[in-house]
Amino acid sequence: MTVVDAESRFHVLAVDDSIIDRKLIEMLLKTSSYQVTTVDSGSKALEVLGLREEGDDSSPSSSSSSPDHQEVGVNLIITDYCMPGMTGYDLLRRVKGSSSLKDIPVVIMSSENVPARINRCLEDGAEEFFLKPVKLADMKKLKSHLVRRKQPQLQPQEKPLPQQQKPEPLPQQQKPEPVPQEQKPDQASQQPAEDAPTPEVVAVSECSKKRKAAAIEPEVLSSPVTTNPRLPSSGLAVET
Amino acid sequence: MEYANLRRQAASLKRSLFDQVEDLQDEASPNFAEEVVSLFFKDSARLVANIEQAMEKYPGDFNRWDAHMQQLKGSCFSIGASKMNNECTSFRNSCGQENAEGCRKSFQKVKREHAILRQKLESYFQLLRQAGPARTATRSGGK
Repeated sequence: MTVVDAESRFHVLAVDDSIIDRKLIEMLLKTSSYQVTTVDSGSKALEVLGLREEGDDSSPSSSSSSPDHQEVGVNLIITDYCMPGMTGYDLLRRVKGSSSLKDIPVVIMSSENVPARINRCLEDGAEEFFLKPVKLADMKKLKSHLVRRKQPQLQPQEKPLPQQQKPEPLPQQQKPEPVPQEQKPDQASQQPAEDAPTPEVVAVSECSKKRKAAAIEPEVLSSPVTTNPRLPSSGLAVET
Repeated sequence: MEYANLRRQAASLKRSLFDQVEDLQDEASPNFAEEVVSLFFKDSARLVANIEQAMEKYPGDFNRWDAHMQQLKGSCFSIGASKMNNECTSFRNSCGQENAEGCRKSFQKVKREHAILRQKLESYFQLLRQAGPARTATRSGGK
């Protein structure tokens, strides 16, 4: 149950394949009074979240970790974009595609300022996109995504769904520019989304390929980092 | 003289590297900057070795080389090692052009900048220890 206690700390799951970045983000989060768990891959993140990599979260008994992600109590996921195996974007899609996890806010980080990439992440459910190096000031932006979820009654546009899974995604975002976003608009021929057993270099090349592809796409955002105006639909499993 | 030179280097290094890291350090662990740097060198040594190995074992596999270098570049970027970062970028550009010779040259530069950086940072931390009282209110001596 969602005990809204201002003093209880939020639990953030940070995902980054770089050990340096994990250390930095961990310190940033701890300094900002969050409880932190760091993992080095999207697949490990899914494990922590109680979701098997195959994407089947409908059978709780088959999950190796806690069947109910709320027991793990992750209030926010912050993930690097470019990672071998499952990219941050893939992880975002997995989380948002999961009925039990989709209300967890996801923030993406990247060292590359690629408007098309940023826009796609925001379109597909990310709350924020931070450009690396992430700063202490960026941590303040996280609060609003968490607090919002803790107090859904304060938001008039919220649908009154406490903890339930919404059947349909939110079409609430207003993006002025018609971004031709598909799953992966680039010519990333290798799609290591879900079944990249080896933490090899394939998906990382995809990130660099994306970068090249994105470089020729028109700039669709005036400012590279925007906050998604889309509000969450239902209360998040705020669990401490 | 050398001391003054090091001090100058340390100051500019501090400016370029540590503004953010030391913010965190002040707030939390007093050794955070040094921990991060130490972690960086362990990790980057590993990544450099990976690249070296990849270039030997997989000649012409520019995607692979590039992917490894991307990881190293990421670390450099995060810690603010801009010269090293630039050489990493050159390497990646050569990969993009499938220019093996360009890659090899850039890689030498990456390694050189890495060594220089290590030396500078070691000096920096040494300086910190020597200059201890100037940084903190108490005379904490060596660490």
